[in-house]
Amino acid sequence: MATLIIAEHDNSILKPATLNTVAAAAAIGGDAVLLVAGEGCQAVAGQAAQVAGVNKVLLADNAAYGHQLAENVAPLVAELAKSAGFEYVLAPATTTGKNLLPRVAALLDVGQLSDIVSVESADTFKRPIYAGNAIATVKSLDAIKVITVRGTAFDPVAAEGGSASIEAVTAVHDAGLSRFVGEEVAKSDRPELTAARVIISGGRGMGNGENFALLEKVADKLGAAVGASRAAVDAGFVPNDMQVGQTGKIVAPELYIAVGISGAIQHLAGMKDSKVIVAINKDEEAPIFQVADYGLVADLFDAVPELEASL
Amino acid sequence: MLTMQAAPVGLDINAKRQNSMKVLVTVKRVLDYNVKVRVKADRSDVDLANVKMALNPFCEIAVEEAVRLKEAGVATEVVVVSIGPKAVQEQIRTALALGADRGIHIETENSPESLSVAKLLAKVVADEQPGLVILGKQAIDSDNNQTGQMLAALTGLSQGTFASEVKIEGDEALVTREVDGGLQTLGLKLPAIVTTDLRLNEPRYASLPNIMKAKKKPLDVKTPADLGVELRAHTELLSVEPPAERKGGIKVGSVAELVEKLKNEAKVI
Ligand SMILES: Cc1cc2nc3c(=O)[nH]c(=O)nc-3n(C[C@H](O)[C@H](O)[C@H](O)COP(=O)(O)OP(=O)(O)OC[C@H]3O[C@@H](n4cnc5c(N)ncnc54)[C@H](O)[C@@H]3O)c2cc1C
Ligand SMILES: Cc1cc2nc3c(=O)[nH]c(=O)nc-3n(C[C@H](O)[C@H](O)[C@H](O)COP(=O)(O)OP(=O)(O)OC[C@H]3O[C@@H](n4cnc5c(N)ncnc54)[C@H](O)[C@@H]3O)c2cc1C
Repeated sequence: MATLIIAEHDNSILKPATLNTVAAAAAIGGDAVLLVAGEGCQAVAGQAAQVAGVNKVLLADNAAYGHQLAENVAPLVAELAKSAGFEYVLAPATTTGKNLLPRVAALLDVGQLSDIVSVESADTFKRPIYAGNAIATVKSLDAIKVITVRGTAFDPVAAEGGSASIEAVTAVHDAGLSRFVGEEVAKSDRPELTAARVIISGGRGMGNGENFALLEKVADKLGAAVGASRAAVDAGFVPNDMQVGQTGKIVAPELYIAVGISGAIQHLAGMKDSKVIVAINKDEEAPIFQVADYGLVADLFDAVPELEASL
Repeated sequence: MLTMQAAPVGLDINAKRQNSMKVLVTVKRVLDYNVKVRVKADRSDVDLANVKMALNPFCEIAVEEAVRLKEAGVATEVVVVSIGPKAVQEQIRTALALGADRGIHIETENSPESLSVAKLLAKVVADEQPGLVILGKQAIDSDNNQTGQMLAALTGLSQGTFASEVKIEGDEALVTREVDGGLQTLGLKLPAIVTTDLRLNEPRYASLPNIMKAKKKPLDVKTPADLGVELRAHTELLSVEPPAERKGGIKVGSVAELVEKLKNEAKVI
C-alpha cells in the first residue's frame, strides 16, 4: 500500500502544509512518497527527503511544471498514480491542491474527498460540510482514493529526521493550454495565516485599511499573523489572501482574536477550531461572543491600543 | 505585464469564435446561505425539510459574469444548466431572470456527486460548444470545490479556478485567480473553464419584468440517459454528525482583565 503526496512549494521552499498532509498519510499507513513537481526545485526535493516518515521523493523538474499549472501537473500525477500503483493520492487543501487534485481525480475516473479532517479506516474519512455545521463520515468506493487534507486537523510531522531517496521523473506533460502571466504576492514578515500560533483578525468594524495598523502593532508584539473577515476584504481594506472563513482560509491557532467581526457562520467556519478565541466587539449581542472564550464588549478603537500597550 | 503575444491560431477563426461566443453557466440549488443546518436525529444526513433553498452564491456570480460578457458584446448567448430533481428549475428560472437566454435541466433523482455532474456537463459542452464555461468555485452545501476542475479534465480544456477577474482577449481568457499567497493571472486558451470567487462581481437583483420574461424563455429537459451518461457512486455517506460544540466563554470587564486571563488562565500569551 502506498500514498503519493503532492508537495506544496514555491520551487525553493517546501511549504509547511505538506507536513500536515504527510501526517494524514501516516494515519492511513503504508509507504509515503512525496512528489516535488516544479522548475529548478532541487532544493525542495532535498528538504522533502528529510521529512520524517517519507520513504521516497519523486522529483519532476521541468519548465512545464514551474507554476503548478493544473493542465500540465494533473496528467503527470495521474500517470504516476496509475503506473506505480498508488492507492492514495493526497494534497493539502490549499488553493494549489484544490486547483490540481480534482483534475487528477477526473483523469483517473474516480471521485475526490475534499478537505478531510480525520482518517477512520483505509477507506473511510470525515469531512466538514455546510460550512462546518455538520461533519460527514464518507466511505470511498474507488480503487484509487484522491483526497485533499485540511491542514489544521492533522499535527505536522517533523520536517527533519527522514532520509528518503530522491528519484528523478523525466515524463514531461506540456498541454499548451495555459500560461502563467503574472502574480501579485503579498510580502510580509509575519507568519503565514495557516501556520501562525496567534492570529488577530479585523472585520468591517475596522472602518478602513489604515486602521489595520492597530492590529499590526498587536501582531508585532505577539508574533501573530493578521487576518480579516470577508466584509473587510470586500470593502477593500485588505487583500484577499487575508480572508478567514468557509471560502477563505481555515485556521486553528492557539489564540484567535476577532476584532470588529460579527461572527457570521461563514467566518466561524474558518476559525472556530482555534484553541482560545477572544472577541472584541462593541455590540454585546454579536454572535461572535457565542464562540468566544473571552469576550470584551468595547469600542475597538479604545480597546486595541490599550491591549497593545499592555503586552 | 499583460502584453499579449500574437495569437497562435488563425485570426479569422478567432474572429469567428469571438463573433459567436456562447457562454455556458452552471447553477446549483442549495440551501440559503443564511440558514444554519441541523443534523437529523438519526444522524443519517442533515435535515433539509422545509429549509429555504436558493441559488448557490458562487453560481449567482457565474451567471452575473456571463450576462456582463453578453452586455459587453463579448458573448452572444448565455445558456444555463442545472442538474438535479425538478425543483432545480426554480434556480434555472432565477438565472434566466438575471439575464441568461435559455436553460437546460438534466433531471436526476438527487444531486449527483461531482464527477457525475462533471460527466453530464462534459456532454452538454460537447453538444453546445461554448467558448467559455463558468461554474461556481464551490457549492456551499457540500463544500467540495471540484466540479469545474473535473469538467476541465474531462473536456481537455484549460481551467481558471477561483477567478476574481476574467478578460477575453483574442483567443485567450486572462483570468486573475485568488490564491493563498495573493493573486495570480493566467492566460487560458479558449474554450476555457472558469470557476468564480466571491469578488468577481456583485450580482444584480432580478427585476419583476425580467422575472415575468424568464417564465417564457426556453427550458429543455434531458435525462442522463439522453446524454448517454451512466451515473456511478464513488462515495457512500455513512453518517452525519454535528460538530463539536464550543462551550460558551465569559465576558471580561476590561483589557487588563483580558490580558490577565490570557496570561494566567489560558496561558496563550
Ligand atoms: C457564499 C458566501 C461565502 C462567505 N464566505 C465568507 C468567509 O469565508 N469569511 C468571512 O468572514 N465571511 C464570509 N462571508 C460573509 C459573511 O456572511 C459576513 O458577511 C461577513 O463575515 C461579515 O464580516 P464582518 O463580521 O466583518 O462584518 P459585519 O457583520 O458588518 O460585522 C461588523 C462588526 O463590527 C462591530 N463593530 C463596528 N464598529 C466597531 C467598533 N468601533 N468597535 C468594536 N466593534 C465594532 C459591529 O458591532 C459588528 O458586529 C460569506 C458570505 C457568502 C454569501
Ligand atoms: C450531506 C450530503 C450528503 C450527500 N450524499 C450523497 C450521496 O450519498 N450520494 C450522492 O450521489 N450525492 C450525495 N450528495 C451530493 C453531492 O455530494 C454533491 O451534490 C456533489 O458532490 C456535487 O458537487 P458539489 O456541488 O459539491 O460541487 P462543487 O465542486 O463544490 O461545485 C462547484 C460548482 O459546480 C456546479 N455544480 C455542482 N453541482 C451542480 C448541479 N447539480 N447542477 C449544476 N451545477 C452544479 C456549480 O456551479 C457549483 O458552484 C451529498 C451531499 C451532501 C451535502
